Amino acid sequence: MIRLERRVDQPRWLSLAVPLGSIAVALLVGAVVVALSGNDAIATYSRIVDRGFTSRGAFTATLTAATPLLFTGLAAATAFRMGIFNIGGEGQLIVGAVGASGAGIVLDGRPAALAIPAMLVAGAACGAAWAGIAAVLRAWLNTNEIITTLMLNYLAINLATYLVFGSKSRWRDLEGSGLMFPKGKAIPEAFEFPSVDFGNFTVSFGFFIGIAAAIALYVAFRSTRFGFQTRVIGDEPRAAAYAGMRTKRTILALLALSGAVAGLGGASDVGDTRHLLDPKALGQAGYGYAGIVVAALARLNPLAVVGVSILMGGLANAGRALQGPDFPAGLVGTLQGLLLVCTLAGELFARYRIRRAGAGAGVVAVAAPPGAGVQG
Amino acid sequence: MSDVTSEPTRAGGSPPALSARGITKRFPGGVVANEAVDLDVAPGEVHALLGENGAGKSTLSNCFTGLYRPDEGSILVDGAPVSFHSPRDAIEAGIGMVHQHFRLVETFTVAENVALGEHGPLRKRADAARVRELGERYGLEVDPNARIWQLSVGQQQRVEIIKALSREARILILDEPTAVLTPHEAEALFSVLRRMTAEGRSVIFISHKLDEVRAVADRVTVLRDGRTEGTRSVAGADSRELARLMVGRDVTLGAERIERSTAPTDDVLLSLSGVRAAGDHGREALAGIDLEVHAHEIVGVCGVSGNGQRELAEVVAGMRATTAGTVRIGETELSRADPRIAQRAGLAHVPEDRLHTGLAPSLPIEDNLALRAYRSPPLATGPFLRRRRIREQATELMAAYDVRAPGPTTPTRVLSGGNVQKVLLARELSSSPKALVAASPTRGLDVGAIETVRTLLVDAAERGVAILLLSEDLDEILSLADRIAVIYEGRIQAVVSRDDADVEELGLLMGGDRSHLDGDAA
Repeated sequence: MIRLERRVDQPRWLSLAVPLGSIAVALLVGAVVVALSGNDAIATYSRIVDRGFTSRGAFTATLTAATPLLFTGLAAATAFRMGIFNIGGEGQLIVGAVGASGAGIVLDGRPAALAIPAMLVAGAACGAAWAGIAAVLRAWLNTNEIITTLMLNYLAINLATYLVFGSKSRWRDLEGSGLMFPKGKAIPEAFEFPSVDFGNFTVSFGFFIGIAAAIALYVAFRSTRFGFQTRVIGDEPRAAAYAGMRTKRTILALLALSGAVAGLGGASDVGDTRHLLDPKALGQAGYGYAGIVVAALARLNPLAVVGVSILMGGLANAGRALQGPDFPAGLVGTLQGLLLVCTLAGELFARYRIRRAGAGAGVVAVAAPPGAGVQG
Repeated sequence: MSDVTSEPTRAGGSPPALSARGITKRFPGGVVANEAVDLDVAPGEVHALLGENGAGKSTLSNCFTGLYRPDEGSILVDGAPVSFHSPRDAIEAGIGMVHQHFRLVETFTVAENVALGEHGPLRKRADAARVRELGERYGLEVDPNARIWQLSVGQQQRVEIIKALSREARILILDEPTAVLTPHEAEALFSVLRRMTAEGRSVIFISHKLDEVRAVADRVTVLRDGRTEGTRSVAGADSRELARLMVGRDVTLGAERIERSTAPTDDVLLSLSGVRAAGDHGREALAGIDLEVHAHEIVGVCGVSGNGQRELAEVVAGMRATTAGTVRIGETELSRADPRIAQRAGLAHVPEDRLHTGLAPSLPIEDNLALRAYRSPPLATGPFLRRRRIREQATELMAAYDVRAPGPTTPTRVLSGGNVQKVLLARELSSSPKALVAASPTRGLDVGAIETVRTLLVDAAERGVAILLLSEDLDEILSLADRIAVIYEGRIQAVVSRDDADVEELGLLMGGDRSHLDGDAA
């Protein structure tokens, strides 16, 4: 018999060892899967590393794939830290893209120094407002935010689809072929976000914004009164009420912040990558849902989200590049799934110590505590 | 041990409907909830089980209803030994129970709840008819098609009783049934019980209120610390005697007073006047409280739990809105329910549920020590926390209050009860409060920790803090308080000086009996 004993303190080394160990186990299991499918595991992995990170242009493409995941990962981590399950990163990103592209189109002719910040602000504001709907329902009417944020995702994608395919809105390209084959109207070329060339690879403006957001969130959660409040409310709302904290306002602020970060991801999608509102691509990409996985892998630590989003972006990028008869279809998806499962299982080792039964007093078998989400 | 002084009223040679013989029930950790409990319930009688909280009344009834299996002793139904392996066995033996917290499905109708747990197909119309028929027969009128959430608490209780009756319960156990009822509803309940006993059914009526026991019961058995203290016929029993049996201490053995070097002054630091407030279920929990606590003074509020103590503490702490009256802390009148106003006015608060209300259990000790003061300097500058200062403060306070823990980053939930309370008191007392409200501050602690907590309270009083101490533990109140206020059904029954306090009299007042008082002593 093996028993689990809750750790009194989580040693520091565990917070690094557990995720690294989880990744190693996931890769190992993945190798077995590849081998069982009749392929060479080592060769397959080296091809993934090559096309995902080391070959020419690969890292640039990986960062491009990672950028939206960085934003949605941060958005999910932000809300989850207080035990608020914002599943709506998807919709908040789409609405952010609507806002940012709208700002870009409306401000045509103005200087880029004005328009680019305006696009970012519009994206963040739209994302925040979209999440704010769920926040108000949750804080004042105690409506389950998982359901509302999920439903708002469908509203968002349909809204974007309507703007481009179902109406003659400002977002739709009404000139030339756009009349026959509906597509989004491009923002002026001058408003396309700049990027920085590092020689071997380039980094988009949006990625820098994402890193800045990650650092800001890390500091906010660690060292501000707001972060302190979210921790107390997330752990024990009664203690928060006892201390005189404004629980409802904090829920609203936190969900709006989470939505704003996802909305910035939408602005980055327009400014960095597509330069127009592309509902079809956004709907298929599933950035919001992938962001939940990223946040879980990063154990809700905003700084770790940066690394995890690059890892997941690299996998996605390599998967796309390597598609073909000699590359097991679905391998990348399998690996991503294994990573998630192994990381969540790894949590067990971070929280509990394994003891053989009968090993002294004070051994208590404990089920996972209710509401024990992953905490950074 | 059980000196049965009266014969069952309707026994007439037939065996008792329900008997307990030497029931002992132990729980892990060495708690003995029942020890050699004997009880005889005659057919057709209302038999009251009287005792303080924790006396073992609920454990005994759980043995009768098959939820617990006694470690020793036997249960007899109509003189024949029975062994219950599950609640179903007890139901089949004719024992029904109405719990203090109802076991009803809120979204189901009355009839559906009554039929719940029975085998066979649902027959809506037949079920509704049965509910109506039972209701008429016993005076338990309730609409069979109403949904539970639409009903008042009193009506929900009727549904519970109908449910037991529809399963042909011959012995009905009611656990503190009047705790949730208005006096009028309680009166109606008593007449229902009388109709049931007239048919030969028996009722076990669990209570800690003397006046009710007198009003409804034929005989009463007193439990204290898990043992039977005696069974009396209600007609022949003296309230004083019952109170003494229940509270259990010989007057001369009263708790020793902890002496203090300072005496209360005339400065009123905490005052309530005409305070009314609603409880969680909308019923009035505080019905006009007037109370003053002076500097250097400890006022103990004693009473059986559920008589408004929790609401009283919450009102003072700004966690519950008043519907009338004023609360003052020092010079400040609390304008609305906001813990921050109370805190700024100089109030410290040790809540009843220390680990989940007073503290955030999964957060480190250092965060919990900063829980109230994190908003302002020295722990914060603008929107930013000063983590180093928070750590320093934690280290200092842990040393000063002797908190035994691996370090300031240890999560609070892993601490022992005594250390949890020390963390809480360290935070609250280090804020140099004017007044302190402490609710059951030593409940569940070991002897050493109790000593520490009491010493901390005494030290605070010596420094001039006005302390309102709410406790069900009379010994604690007697050893700490300068004045004792007895609370009953949201009112202060009387305030007596510690030196004039008489345990028997306090016991009577706690049970709602103030007939021995000449006029209003306040």
